Amino acid sequence: MLEQFSYLKEIDSSRTYLIKGLQTIQGHEGYISDDAILAVAEYFSVPDVEVEGVVSFYAQFKRSKPGKYCISVCDGTACHIKGSTMILDWISTELGIRDGETDAEGLFSIETVACLGCCSLAPVLSINGKVYGKLDRKATIKILKEYRNNG
Amino acid sequence: MAEIIKIKVGTASCGLAAGSGDVYDFFKANSKGIPVEGVGCIGHCYAEPMVEVETSEGSIIYREVKADQKSLDNILELGAENRLVIPEKRKQHELLKVTRLAGKIDPISIDEYMANGGYAALRKAQGMTPEEVVDEVKRSGLRGRGGGGFPTGLKWQFLAAKKNADKKILVCNADEGDPGAFMDRSMMESVPHQVLEGMLIGAYATGSDILFIYCRAEYPLAIKHLKIAIEDIKKHQLNVINGKALDIIIKEGAGAFVCGEETALIASLEGRRGTPRFRPPFPTDSGWNGYPTSLNNVETFANIPVLIAEGAEEFAKVGTEKSKGTKLFALAGDLENPGLIEVPMGTTIGQIVFDVGGARPEDVKAVQTGGPSGGCIPKELFDTPVDYDSLNSLGAIMGSGGMIVIGSNRCMVETARYFLDFTHRESCGKCTFCRVGTKRMFETLERIVAGEGVEADIDFLEDIGPKIKKGSLCGLGQTAPNPVLATLRYFKNEFVDHVVDHKCSALACNNLVDIKIDPEKCIKCKLCIKNCPVDAVSADFIIDNSKCTRCNTCIEVCPKDTIHRVEKGEGYYSE
Ligand SMILES: Cc1cc2nc3c(=O)[nH]c(=O)nc-3n(C[C@H](O)[C@H](O)[C@H](O)COP(=O)(O)O)c2cc1C
Ligand code: FES
Repeated sequence: MLEQFSYLKEIDSSRTYLIKGLQTIQGHEGYISDDAILAVAEYFSVPDVEVEGVVSFYAQFKRSKPGKYCISVCDGTACHIKGSTMILDWISTELGIRDGETDAEGLFSIETVACLGCCSLAPVLSINGKVYGKLDRKATIKILKEYRNNG
Repeated sequence: MAEIIKIKVGTASCGLAAGSGDVYDFFKANSKGIPVEGVGCIGHCYAEPMVEVETSEGSIIYREVKADQKSLDNILELGAENRLVIPEKRKQHELLKVTRLAGKIDPISIDEYMANGGYAALRKAQGMTPEEVVDEVKRSGLRGRGGGGFPTGLKWQFLAAKKNADKKILVCNADEGDPGAFMDRSMMESVPHQVLEGMLIGAYATGSDILFIYCRAEYPLAIKHLKIAIEDIKKHQLNVINGKALDIIIKEGAGAFVCGEETALIASLEGRRGTPRFRPPFPTDSGWNGYPTSLNNVETFANIPVLIAEGAEEFAKVGTEKSKGTKLFALAGDLENPGLIEVPMGTTIGQIVFDVGGARPEDVKAVQTGGPSGGCIPKELFDTPVDYDSLNSLGAIMGSGGMIVIGSNRCMVETARYFLDFTHRESCGKCTFCRVGTKRMFETLERIVAGEGVEADIDFLEDIGPKIKKGSLCGLGQTAPNPVLATLRYFKNEFVDHVVDHKCSALACNNLVDIKIDPEKCIKCKLCIKNCPVDAVSADFIIDNSKCTRCNTCIEVCPKDTIHRVEKGEGYYSE
């Protein structure tokens, strides 16, 4: 196993902790690389195709490196009703990237998620886990500008 | 003046998203010695950030509090500004039993929980035999709050009966997959100990050895609070049941709706793809790693301490004949006061939406219950009581408690499309009818909202829906067509409008509308011209609908509200 993933050793190596292992790697690296798949396969003693199978099944796992700021636009029912499609549209236009993409500088990436649990503040989005609610176009663009200025 | 004892700032996810973190920090730094405490959510999420002031003469709640000196001064003076007034007609219907402590105590303080009666029910249960506890739950009539409505006592009895098993597993289903529901999140963030106490009582009653909590990864705060609570439980040795220390393990989900289904959830707990499997064997016979396993929802567990503390008879006094107790609902969508509410089973939808939620009848078209597995209920049927059986009879379901109010300006066909978009992506792919059928339904709905539908599409949807339900192994496929079938039942006219007249009366479907500036009211400020991403607005303020992408940017930036969506054909086209 590559030295890079040695933190896996803090996790129980029985099969039931495989998803936890992947989550830990994604927490450290931001995504699941090919090397990570091999490391997990070795550590939990399962074939690498099976690890790939688990990774592809769950929406949480990313196979490519996301931007520094990962924008999760909520498209749960409440947010959808309240116009999340437009929010996504505005962000895409502003950043020049679409859902699932990362911009050229590696600063922003956009993904849609199903419900952040703040439905009463719909429409909402989160950036690296911080949630912003009651969005309209102005508020959305302002948030993006703040992050861009912070670099 | 009454003396201020404590200031409580709501710092659950909803509060934090509205900025309560800053309020907490500011107040804590400047409160002149008065204790400031972070608490969970009292349910009035529309009024976040909220602050409750505990005084010698009762408590006062402030709404939309800001992190500044003016707000703090107003509160320290117990000023009249920004007080949260709960309308009488709301109070009339609410009955706070399960959420009694939510937002009232520090979620991560086991001492506060105990000082408010916490863990008394666990002690009481341990003074009874396990059989007596199971019997108590059975007699209470408590049914599972995760959506299925299966009697909880009966489930526990099955697990308890496995006397010879090496190990028994009890799982708390905290996956909360319904997008648009947040009851479980709120309970775990606000009173994690109550959920855990319910699980410990369950472990005692069923003789379980390992307790799992399978929590959605999108809920980091809930996970944090549960972890702290579990540490404290271990310190107080509350997890020692019959002389044996139980393992309590949190597992984070990884974003798959189907993992809320019990066999899929167990597969996921084993570190596999979350694919449901055929039953039998039922999980109580062979579940996690082959051990007898039983699952309950977060809210179900949160009901247990209440039930044990007051006794089955008292518990069963609330509710309807076949649905006992209270139910939490996550109210969201097009209404004044979205938030978390608790009402007795049997309260009508109208009472919930209008009296509690503050929606105006003229602005509402329907509600959606049960999320992507449920259906819409039109306003005409709002005097239906919410209980498992009444909602089933309407083609909706109780579900776990998500209730989305759909405003009169929303398109029902588009809403149905939304749900199928969700389910067809979330189908695990095992059953052909679910995998291919939901995709065909979704594609058909896409065509209809794009204005390319034909009448035969409606027949197709009505035909394939029931077939998908029959041909699917698990609850996902068995319920996925529900949102479409219910919408066809109550709002067929909207489908007909789309496929026959190619019209969207709600002016929501982009392909069926144009955008137009009202020249009479326009003040020629040019904001629309400047902001249009595709240069569709001409120098003389006419929107070219052949360029326009219907992104609504101009509508949002217009300071005078002069730009509107209109029926297709009413706008200008250069080509
Ligand atoms: C596709 C699907 C998703 C589900 N999602 C959830 C969920 O997120 N939370 C939940 O408690 N139950 C969910 N359920 C229901 C569970 O399978 C199970 O019935 C429930 O957790 C049992 O607990 P209860 O008896 O306390 O309700 C889901 C079922 C299906 C078929
Ligand atoms: S639907 Fe967006 S937060 Fe729940």
